[in-house]
Amino acid sequence: MIQQISVFIENKKGRLAFITEVLAKAGVDIRAMSVADTSDFGILRLIVDNPDKAVEAFRNENMAVSLTDVLAVGVNDTPGGLAAATNALWSNGISVEYAYAFISQKDGTAFVILRVDDNDKAVKVLKDNGIILLTEEEIMAMSNPQGQQP
Amino acid sequence: MSGFYDEKWECMSRDEMTEVQSRRLVKMVERCYNNVPLYKERLDKAGIQPGDIKSIEDLGKLPFTYKSDLRDTYPFGMFAVPKEELIRIHASSGTTGKQTVVGYTGHDIDIWAQSCARGLVSIGGSRSDYVHVSYGYGLFTGGLGLHYGAEKLGATAIPVSSGNTKRQVQILQDYGSDIICCTPSYAMFIGETVRDMGIDPKTLKLRAGYFGAEAWTENMRRELEKILDIKAYDIYGLSEIAGPGVAFECECQTGMHINEDWFYPEIIDPETGEVLPDGEYGELVFTCIGKEALPLIRYRTRDISCLTREKCECGRTLVKMAKPKGRTDDMLIIRGINVFPSQVEHVLLSLKMDPNYLIVVDRVGNLDTMEVQVEMPPEDFSDTVRNLESLEHKIASALQSTLNISAKVRLVEPKSLPRSEGKAVRVIDKRKL
Repeated sequence: MIQQISVFIENKKGRLAFITEVLAKAGVDIRAMSVADTSDFGILRLIVDNPDKAVEAFRNENMAVSLTDVLAVGVNDTPGGLAAATNALWSNGISVEYAYAFISQKDGTAFVILRVDDNDKAVKVLKDNGIILLTEEEIMAMSNPQGQQP
Repeated sequence: MSGFYDEKWECMSRDEMTEVQSRRLVKMVERCYNNVPLYKERLDKAGIQPGDIKSIEDLGKLPFTYKSDLRDTYPFGMFAVPKEELIRIHASSGTTGKQTVVGYTGHDIDIWAQSCARGLVSIGGSRSDYVHVSYGYGLFTGGLGLHYGAEKLGATAIPVSSGNTKRQVQILQDYGSDIICCTPSYAMFIGETVRDMGIDPKTLKLRAGYFGAEAWTENMRRELEKILDIKAYDIYGLSEIAGPGVAFECECQTGMHINEDWFYPEIIDPETGEVLPDGEYGELVFTCIGKEALPLIRYRTRDISCLTREKCECGRTLVKMAKPKGRTDDMLIIRGINVFPSQVEHVLLSLKMDPNYLIVVDRVGNLDTMEVQVEMPPEDFSDTVRNLESLEHKIASALQSTLNISAKVRLVEPKSLPRSEGKAVRVIDKRKL
């Protein structure tokens, strides 16, 4: 399981620019992100190399932040790759709240962030089905494209 | 010109009227002193005994009554009669979660109905008219006030109440309503619906409208008269004093006649409390001199208006008040409903939230809209949209049950709303009245 940071943002000009600037100043590298939005507000969901540092930076800006355990699943980057994982979850009665893709430099593997209603059960099901799960350490260690830590 | 419902009282000479008012005031003060603990205490404290009040000229010696007095004695603490004598209760918004509750005896309902009947006759109403009442029926005084007025006159009341606008138009068309009573913004909406339904307003029998319970302008009058092809008249009232009909506009459309034989008006400087001369704008204050259940003394309406006492072209001598041009407090009137920003604060506190909010009022297609912006409480924030929507929904239903009006809730970022530094901006009213 890995930690995802969610940030409350109003749907108004410049908010995304502001938030990414906060992370840049804190020296936090974004690994994955997705935005869920309604007409009034959005929730920015982030996977970063240093969640604690990011949370602190956001709280200093008075932003509403929350941490959630999510799964980072590695699947074969071929048709049906993701289906293997989602079918395994579905057939075991686990619901997926939301999902988004993850940038990977590992050849042949695609990563997907999954927020499910029962993490422990999902981990077991996925492992039983031979599906790879990324750990926090692996996320932290993922290098940027130049292969250097910022 | 139309006739009168009650010529004797509506066209009484100033001297006679003053004499009647004096006599009634003396009786009223005695009634209040003997039956309402708050008044006894207040008059004792001011060193005034009922016997000190001999005529209407002594009115200025009496202390004011405020809306907060009704809240402090909620619900029935200011009633001057035992409950056996009450026959009706109404209520309106209070400044916090508690409503302002008012009571009526049979006599009170009768003078209120007569007040409305006088108005209806002054705009040409008669026993042969259908009076279409589109004010809400219920605790709100609008619906039942005009309803009883129409019946008192002997006209036929059609208790349509508000809402279901296409049905309203159908009734206007099929029953041949002659006079419509509702808020001006709802009348506008009905007018637009008439047009949208492809009906030429000239084909409707409707000839006049009594519009009140919210502020409206001469511009709006012209628009209403055009869109519905009627004459549009203003009617004023507040539940604490009676309800609609405390004052009514006649065919001359030059101000509203106050039924001053029951509701004695004064205009005061809201800062000093000093009584201002006719023609000067200030806060309108009423003393009920003909009521039994809730006879309020010098009640501060918070409406800003002025009085004129010249004889009107219609023949009435009843004093006239100008269309209220504002408020001395922060009360908003949204779709005819009184809303106090403090009520929103009360709702947020009851939900254990920080009372930081911003009310944005607008008028979209002639209907008022109300949005309440609330800061996202960081501790309630989670990663799913569903949770945030259910939080918005929870706040919206709590607001609805306190305000009796639906408001859109918009969550905004923490600490993003203006903070109270002396006086925080809590309301943005974008309506152009």
